[in-house]
Amino acid sequence: MSGIQAAPAAVTAGSGRAGAGRGDGIGGGNRGLGGRAARAKRNLTSPWASGIAIGIGLLWSVPTFGLLVTSFRGSVKEIQSTGWWQALSPSNWSGFSLDHYRTVLSGSGTANLADYFINSIVVTLPAVVIPIFLALLAAYAFAWIPFRGSNLLFVGIFALQVVPIQVAMVPLLTQYVNLGLNASFWVLWLSHAMFGLPLAIFLLHNFMKDIPSSLVEAARVDGAGHVTIFFRVVLPLMVPAIASFAIFQFLWVWNDLLVALAFGGNTPDLAPITARLSDMAGSLGAKWHLLSAGAFVSMIVPMVVFLALQRYFVRGLLAGSVKG
Amino acid sequence: MKRSTTKAALAAATGLALAAGMAACGGTNGADGGDAAETPKSDCAAYDQYGDLKGKSISVYTTFVDIEGASYEESFKPFSECTGATIKYEGSKSLTADVLGRIEAGAVADLVAFPQPGLLQQAIATGKVLEAPAAVAANVDQYWTASWRDYGSVDGKLYAAPLGASVKSLVWYSPSAFDQAGYSVPETWDELLDLTKRIADDGVAKPWCVGIADGDATGWVATDWVEDLVLRSAGPEVYDQWVAHEIPFNDPRIVDSLKEMSKITRDGAYVNAGIGDIQSIAATMWSDAGTPVMDGQCFLHRQASFYGGYFTDAGAKVAENGDIWAFYLPSSDPSTKPILGGGDFVAAFADRPEVVAFQTFLSSPEWANTKAKATEGGWTTANSGLEKGNLKSAVDQLAFGLLADPSAEFRFDGSDLMPGVIGADAFFKQMTSYFAEGKSEQAVADAIEAAWPK
Repeated sequence: MSGIQAAPAAVTAGSGRAGAGRGDGIGGGNRGLGGRAARAKRNLTSPWASGIAIGIGLLWSVPTFGLLVTSFRGSVKEIQSTGWWQALSPSNWSGFSLDHYRTVLSGSGTANLADYFINSIVVTLPAVVIPIFLALLAAYAFAWIPFRGSNLLFVGIFALQVVPIQVAMVPLLTQYVNLGLNASFWVLWLSHAMFGLPLAIFLLHNFMKDIPSSLVEAARVDGAGHVTIFFRVVLPLMVPAIASFAIFQFLWVWNDLLVALAFGGNTPDLAPITARLSDMAGSLGAKWHLLSAGAFVSMIVPMVVFLALQRYFVRGLLAGSVKG
Repeated sequence: MKRSTTKAALAAATGLALAAGMAACGGTNGADGGDAAETPKSDCAAYDQYGDLKGKSISVYTTFVDIEGASYEESFKPFSECTGATIKYEGSKSLTADVLGRIEAGAVADLVAFPQPGLLQQAIATGKVLEAPAAVAANVDQYWTASWRDYGSVDGKLYAAPLGASVKSLVWYSPSAFDQAGYSVPETWDELLDLTKRIADDGVAKPWCVGIADGDATGWVATDWVEDLVLRSAGPEVYDQWVAHEIPFNDPRIVDSLKEMSKITRDGAYVNAGIGDIQSIAATMWSDAGTPVMDGQCFLHRQASFYGGYFTDAGAKVAENGDIWAFYLPSSDPSTKPILGGGDFVAAFADRPEVVAFQTFLSSPEWANTKAKATEGGWTTANSGLEKGNLKSAVDQLAFGLLADPSAEFRFDGSDLMPGVIGADAFFKQMTSYFAEGKSEQAVADAIEAAWPK
C-alpha cells in the first residue's frame, strides 16, 4: 500500500499551487481504499486456498530443486545413470562437489564468464531504459494529448505485438549494415528496444489513462504545461507500472539468446551470458553436465532484480492490463 | 517511492558486485592465458609466402564453440603472429540457421566454415560466395581426394576447401570385454553378423545398444545407419544416385539395404542391450546410448568418431588397449572401404589479399598440423599433408588413418545433402517410426519418397 499512499503526497508537494482542499479529498479517498482492501483480504483468504497455493508452489519448484541438486553432483556417470533424488540419501552425500561451478566460472579458451556477464549488463541496462523512456512519452501522448487518428495509431502499435521477431530479422540486419551500426552494442540496444516498445506503450498507456483526469486538469488550470504535468504529476504516479515493465523487459533481455546471436553474433565482445551458457556444453553437447551449474550462475541477477521489484510486478501488470 | 529507488539501486549494486566478483575469479584464468602466450614463437619461415599483413583483419565464422572453438583460435595464432594480421573468430551453433540471413543482409564474415555441403550449395546459389583462389585450389588438388573436392564445388568450379572431417563408420567396443569372451574384431559385414549372433548366443548381454533420440533431430542416428548400410550393400555409386535422387528413395536396392540393417537393429535378441526392447531405441538419447558399453551391459555401439569424448567424460580411457576402442564398420568386401563421414568447407565472401592468404593457409598442411597440435581430441581432417603423430587422441588417429587410406571411398552424410524436408524431417521421422511403430522397410522408403519435393 505504501506506493499508493506516497503518491498523492508527492502530487500535493509537486504541484504546490493546487488547492489544499483537493489534497484532503484524495486523502479521504485513501481511507475508503484501505477499507476495501481489508474486505478483499477477508474474502480472499482461506486456509484451503493457501494450502493449495503452497502445494502448487512446491510442485512447481521441484524441477528447479532437482536442477540445483544436479549442479552439485560431481560424477558425470552418476548424473547419467541415477536420478537427482538418489543423490539426496545421506550415503551419497560424498558425491557432492563444486567442480561444475568451478569449471563454469573459470570459462575456457580466450574468454571467461566475467566478460559475458559484463556484456549482459551492458546490453540489458540500456535495453530496459530506452524503451521505458520512449514508451512513457508515447503513452503520455496517447493518454493526454488528443490528436487525430490517435486511436488508430494506438491499435496499430498494439497490433505490432503479434509480429514475430523472426520475420524482422533479415530486413533489420540489412538496415543496421547500411547504417554502419553492425557489430556494436547499438544493434542489440535498438533491437531490444524495438521489440519491447509495443508492449511497453500498451501497458504504460493503460496505466496512465487510469490517472484521474481531475488531477491533470487541476494542474493544467494552475498553468502547468505538458512538460510539467509529465514530470510532476504523471511520472510519480507511474512508478509501479514502470517497475513492473522494467522487470518484464529486464528478464526478457537478460534471458534472450535469439536476438543476441542473430544481430550481435557470438563474439566475446558482444555476446551475453546466455550465449556462453548455450556454448558451455560444447559443439556437440558433450559437456551437458555443466549446464545445471551454468543455469544457476546466470539466474542470480534476474533473481535479485525480481525479488527487489516483485511487489510492483503483479500490481503494475494488473493495473496496466485489466483496467482502462 | 524513496524506498523503491533505494531497492533498485541495491539491486544494481548487487549485480555489479557479482560481476566484479566474477571478474576477480576470471583474473587467475587470464594469468594462465598469459603463460601460454610466453611459449616460444613458432618458426615464421613457412609464413613468408603470405607476406606482411600488419594491421589487416580477417573475420571467420564457424560452428565451433567452447574448447573446440578455442583450439581453432589457438591454431590461427602462428599465422597472426608471423604475418601481423588479426583473426576475428566467431563460433556459433546457430550458424546453419542464420548464415543465409547474414549473407542476404551483407553482414557475413570474410570466411565461413559450412558444416554441410547442402548449405554451402545454397550459399553459392546466392552468388555471394567467391570462387576459391588458385593457391587454394592447388592445395585441395594436392592434399584431398576427388570426392572431397566435389563436395566443395559447383559445376566443377571449386568454391570451398575442406577444413575438418569426422568419420561416422565406427563401431565402439570394449577391448577387455572382447578379450575375456574371446571375440575378435570382424573384417567383413558377414563376420559382424556372425559375431552379433555369437554374443547373443553366449547370453551375457544383448550385443548392440542403439539410441536415436535427440530432441528436434530425433532420428539422425538411424539415418547414419541407413547410409552406412546403403554404402555397404548397394555401393558408393548407388549411394550418390540415391542422395541426388537420380533413383527413387524406395528403389529396391535401398529397401534391401534397410532390410540388411534390420538384421541387427530390429532383432529383439540383438537390441537394445542394457536399455530395453526394440521400441526403446526411439526413446533413448543418442548421447546416453553408448555408455553401457563401459559397464559390459552391451558389446557394440555404432557411432561417429566424436563420440569418443562422451566416453572420456564418463571416465573411460579411449585407446586401442584402453577401456573403450572402435573398429571400422566393415564392408561386405574387405577390398573396398566406404567411409561415411562429415566435414566443413571454408567459403570466402571477400577477396582482400589478407583473406586470400588466410584461406590458403587454412587449406595447407601447416594449418592442419598446427590444428592437430592445438586440439586435445575430437578433431581430424582428410588433408593428407597431416602428420598422423600430431593428432593427440587415439580415436582421431584412427579416423585420420581411415580417411587417408587410399582404398577409402569417402561419402558425405547423405541426410545433410538431401533437401531439408527429407534430410532433416521425413527421413528422421520415418526412421523413428521404423523403430517406434515397427513400420516395414518398404513402407518407410515409400513414405520418404512420397515426401520428396517435386
